[in-house]
Amino acid sequence: MEAVFLAFILLLSIFLGFELISKVPATLHTPLMSGANAISGITIVGAIMSAGGDHGTMATWLGAFAVFTATINVVGGYMVTNRMLSMFKKKESPATGGGSA
Amino acid sequence: MSPELIGLGYIVSAALFIFGLKQLGSPDTAVRGNQLSSIGMLIAIVVTLLGQGIVDFKWIAGAAILGALVGGIAAQKVEMTSMPEMVALFNGTGGIASLAVGWAALYPFPEANSAFTLVTIVLSILIGGITFSGSLIAYGKLSEVMTSSAIVFGGQRIVNSLILVGIVVCAVMFVMNPDPTSPVFWTLLALSLLLGIMAVIPIGGADMPVVISLLNSYSGLAACAAGFAINNNILIVAGSLVGAAGLILTNIMCKAMNRSLANVLFSGFGAVKQATKVEGEVKPIVSEDAFLILEAASNVTFVPGYGMAVAQAQHVVRELGDLLEANGCEVTFAIHPVAGRMPGHMNVLLAEANVPYDQLVEMDDINPRIENVDVAVVIGANDVVNPAAREDENSPIYGMPIINVDKARTVFVLKRSMASGFSGVDNPLFFGENTRMLFGDAKESISKVIAEFKG
Repeated sequence: MEAVFLAFILLLSIFLGFELISKVPATLHTPLMSGANAISGITIVGAIMSAGGDHGTMATWLGAFAVFTATINVVGGYMVTNRMLSMFKKKESPATGGGSA
Repeated sequence: MSPELIGLGYIVSAALFIFGLKQLGSPDTAVRGNQLSSIGMLIAIVVTLLGQGIVDFKWIAGAAILGALVGGIAAQKVEMTSMPEMVALFNGTGGIASLAVGWAALYPFPEANSAFTLVTIVLSILIGGITFSGSLIAYGKLSEVMTSSAIVFGGQRIVNSLILVGIVVCAVMFVMNPDPTSPVFWTLLALSLLLGIMAVIPIGGADMPVVISLLNSYSGLAACAAGFAINNNILIVAGSLVGAAGLILTNIMCKAMNRSLANVLFSGFGAVKQATKVEGEVKPIVSEDAFLILEAASNVTFVPGYGMAVAQAQHVVRELGDLLEANGCEVTFAIHPVAGRMPGHMNVLLAEANVPYDQLVEMDDINPRIENVDVAVVIGANDVVNPAAREDENSPIYGMPIINVDKARTVFVLKRSMASGFSGVDNPLFFGENTRMLFGDAKESISKVIAEFKG
């Protein structure tokens, strides 16, 4: 029953994801990708549970390794996304209305 | 911390991810969206640290500090032109983390897992492994550490099919007898990594935007599979959001090249058709004359390609744009979906050069009004403005949507010399009646025009 419940969550999340992402304009596709990439670092939650739980040496090692790589993903992903997004600026003088994007 | 409280924390973090992604939909709110999403991540981590029976923090702390240093420094140092490589590497680290999480779920009692859990463990190792090795190859190709063209050899499909069969056989054997020290497990691990390599090497340079998008999707799906393996719903929610995001971008990229995903993944580019050779005479122009035409123009569109970034010309292009605007001209930047080396790459490069985002227009917005454009300036772009895609059925890029610059009143093409572009197709645009070629380094040519403006 647990598996069915999880599959249910999976299904709804995928639909939600499609709805959310298809509204993002092409201008923001690179930050979207790196931002989404940072979210995929959520696997850090599983990594922490393996590294810090009491599951034996092998699990601790694998977990610690996963914490390391997932943290690169999370920290790097969010920081680089933030760096890119802060470059996007609107035109300062609205008087000369240019593009119609 | 009670299970209910943990669950509540995960719900809050899922909501923040969703809300963050929603705010990424507009440049005005995107910075905040990214921050919300990172707060969601922080909440998920804190809840896990406090609530999931963690007994030993020293390994976690050490690994996290090290990872944060590596990720933070990489994120600060990376050049905007190298963003595709960076994203590929980050994808890879996410993939290998999910692989390790799935693997660790086997301990301490592999036999204690249900068949369903074992299948999901196998999946997280498989998808994580493909993401990791595939991303490394993508990194190699993008950074030109290795050749960026497609690597194809005879019997490639047979080898790939054998790998797939091997993976299925190993997976079934492993689920029936889950022993993480057995050769079956190691073979499975090795074959997953091998499959990632084999999947990416036959894909040529021009198709890399599709591959990065797809690997992005895989990194999410790997997290998703790991979520099933350890029975954790925040991994499933976040992972599938990312999986969906990657799939949508993959689809957009494929459409922009008028190719199916299968075609991108399984066939090397270019070998199929020979374009009709166009013959004609190019009409060169010098920067003084280019200046005179631009000065008289009231509507100018720049069409940048990756070549602009290679020539580091984006800053002078923006300066020229400013001068034209001051001269009373309407200036836009028309961006093809596959300009640059990842989705939206060109927009980031222009944003870095302080081009305001409301000057950036998409292909579908500019094409209907391209007849009213006085001058279309093509900088470092080739295939995305090649009329052969519209007219020549023999062209390898036939059917690909392009920016119809040839229909503008005048077209300037900035080009180093008369060599053909990335995929080696001849471009009839260069011989167009209204086309003027401005030969030389793009940055120098533009600088000369700017000098004319100021002089």
